[in-house]
Amino acid sequence: MFLLGLAGLLTRRNFIFTLMCIEIMLNASGLAFVAAGSRWAQPDGQIMFLFILAMAAAEVSVGLAFVLLYHKRQLALDVDSASELRG
Amino acid sequence: MLQLLWLIVAIPFASAALLALFGSRLSRHAVAIIGAGSIGLSAALTLLVGAQFVFSPPAGDAYMQRLWIWMESGGFQPEIAFYLDPVSLIMLFVITFVGFLIHLYSVEYMRDDEGYARFFAYMNLFVASMLTLVLANNLLLLYLGWEGVGLCSFLLIGFWYREPQNVRAASKAFIVTRCGDTAFALGLFLLFTRLNTLDIQEVMHRATAEWSPGSGTALMAAALLLGGAVGKSAQLPLQTWLPDAMAGPTPTSALIHAATMVTAGVYLITRTHTLFSLAPDVQFAVAIIGTATMLLAAFSALAQRDMKRVLAYSTISQIGYMFLALGLGAWSAAMFHLMTHAFFKALLFLAAGVVIHAVHEQDLYRMGGLRRELRLVFWAFAIGGSALAGLPLVTAGFFSKDLILWQSWAGPNGNAWFWIAGMTGALLTSLYTFRMILLAFYGPQQAHVRSHSGLAVRLSLTTLCLLSLVGGYVDTPPHFGGSPALSNFLSSALPPLEEVHIGPITETITAFSASTVFALGFGFAYLLFGPQCARQPATNIFERLWLAGWGFDWMYDRIFVRPFQWLARKCAHDPADVPINVIAQMTIVSYRALRLTQTGRVRWYATGLAVGTVVILAIALFVR
Repeated sequence: MFLLGLAGLLTRRNFIFTLMCIEIMLNASGLAFVAAGSRWAQPDGQIMFLFILAMAAAEVSVGLAFVLLYHKRQLALDVDSASELRG
Repeated sequence: MLQLLWLIVAIPFASAALLALFGSRLSRHAVAIIGAGSIGLSAALTLLVGAQFVFSPPAGDAYMQRLWIWMESGGFQPEIAFYLDPVSLIMLFVITFVGFLIHLYSVEYMRDDEGYARFFAYMNLFVASMLTLVLANNLLLLYLGWEGVGLCSFLLIGFWYREPQNVRAASKAFIVTRCGDTAFALGLFLLFTRLNTLDIQEVMHRATAEWSPGSGTALMAAALLLGGAVGKSAQLPLQTWLPDAMAGPTPTSALIHAATMVTAGVYLITRTHTLFSLAPDVQFAVAIIGTATMLLAAFSALAQRDMKRVLAYSTISQIGYMFLALGLGAWSAAMFHLMTHAFFKALLFLAAGVVIHAVHEQDLYRMGGLRRELRLVFWAFAIGGSALAGLPLVTAGFFSKDLILWQSWAGPNGNAWFWIAGMTGALLTSLYTFRMILLAFYGPQQAHVRSHSGLAVRLSLTTLCLLSLVGGYVDTPPHFGGSPALSNFLSSALPPLEEVHIGPITETITAFSASTVFALGFGFAYLLFGPQCARQPATNIFERLWLAGWGFDWMYDRIFVRPFQWLARKCAHDPADVPINVIAQMTIVSYRALRLTQTGRVRWYATGLAVGTVVILAIALFVR
């Protein structure tokens, strides 16, 4: 599932898809934590997942705000066109 | 009255400051009144102070005015203090009176120049510095005046700074005299470290007490002071700057490069004569330098085409005479010649200035026949030239030169060679002087007079003519029934003239020989350059060599200027910076390489992250 997200991140050029792929990767790592926690009967895995969930929510809100602003300015959602910081 | 001494220096300083700060806002009239009037005031004060000094001499025949302590650092306490004795009084008279006449002349001569106020500011600053130099009671204050006159000389040579060659001449004068000044400064360091004082009288006392005659330290100190004097007075081997210094306005040449500043070296040696008496070898070197310079410069003057350059070489040659007198130990004879030379050389320069203004030409071969149109100037030239060449009995130059010639045989260091060289110099002087006069004022007229001189110029020329004629009567030789008033006056400050060699050459023979060589020079000049001769510059090898001043410029150009410029060009590329530049270049190259990775694409970065993670994981798992 993590690799699926990574592949999506590297191949899709739409901002929304990029964000969704990051979500998928976060969820994949979260799932890995939960699975590992139940395998070794430790509560840490679930606590870690809660952290990831909170972080993902923050990330999505910032990311979406960025997308909205960018869309307003450029009328496009292409990741590769956002390369003004090229050295 | 003697308390007013400080005012003589302060007035020119004040007016120089006034003109420098507000000169551009004042009217030309006001500038002229301030510029020339301040020097006139100084001259009047000098007259008062001088009268008091002569008629009721202070104790010890010297007057010291302490103003304040300049700086205080341990045992080093130079004062701002003025020392008036017969030697400095004579210099004071020469500077203020000749200076005033030249300022008066400049009021009219520089009338149409846009830098009128600037000119007078520089000239007043010069007079103030020169007065500081001659009145200083310690060598450091003297050095201040010394550098002050050097600065003014630089500023005035480059007065018309829009012409590049004037600026070059100014830099040359500054740099060449700087060589001498460095030696002078080293001499001051030596004197202070050895004697622990710079007060001139104190230095002389301690040097006499502590150093034996001919000791190494005394030789060293005297030689270093001589270096300074040689630079300032344009003697061999530092004489090359003076002919080029003629680029400045003519009153400048008259005041600075003939009458006063260039004689500062003579004054320095006279002032410190005790040191030179302690170093007989250096004193002999002074005589040799003087003689060599006198002859070489006289030959150069014979071939010059530019009127002012003839006078410049003549100045070098006459200062050579003064150095000869100093080297012979005839201190008062040197001062006497300094004084008369200031009169007639200032006269000649000012007259040359009128000619140059009138016909807009400096080349002697393009003048000619000016006798009728410039009557006053012709007489000024005739009188000044006769005084320079030493017309017997009626001109000032005859008496002073005769005294030096007589001392060159009879003095303690005198011998027949100096006497013969002096006579040859006198012959050449007469020859080049009358060559100049004949070429400019006789023969076919080639240039026409465009402007006539006004009252101020006439007044100053006439006064200087008078001084050139009667200036010699202050010191007439006893065997002509005269009285050596000047020598007697100077006797409290300088050792008296001695007559050691009484032999085949007597004083009468010397005087007659001097008169004869004057007549011979005049006769040769008439034969070679008279109105009947073809007027064309001869071009044989000697004359070309003399025209170039014996090739000293050429030699210095090869030895010093070009290697220095070569080094400067090499250093302009900063060879020492190469290793540092290599580091900078490496930084730039690596920056360019790294910049390529900074594409600005998010997916590219993500790829980089992923690949990096895989690589790190692989290393962590498999490399163990």
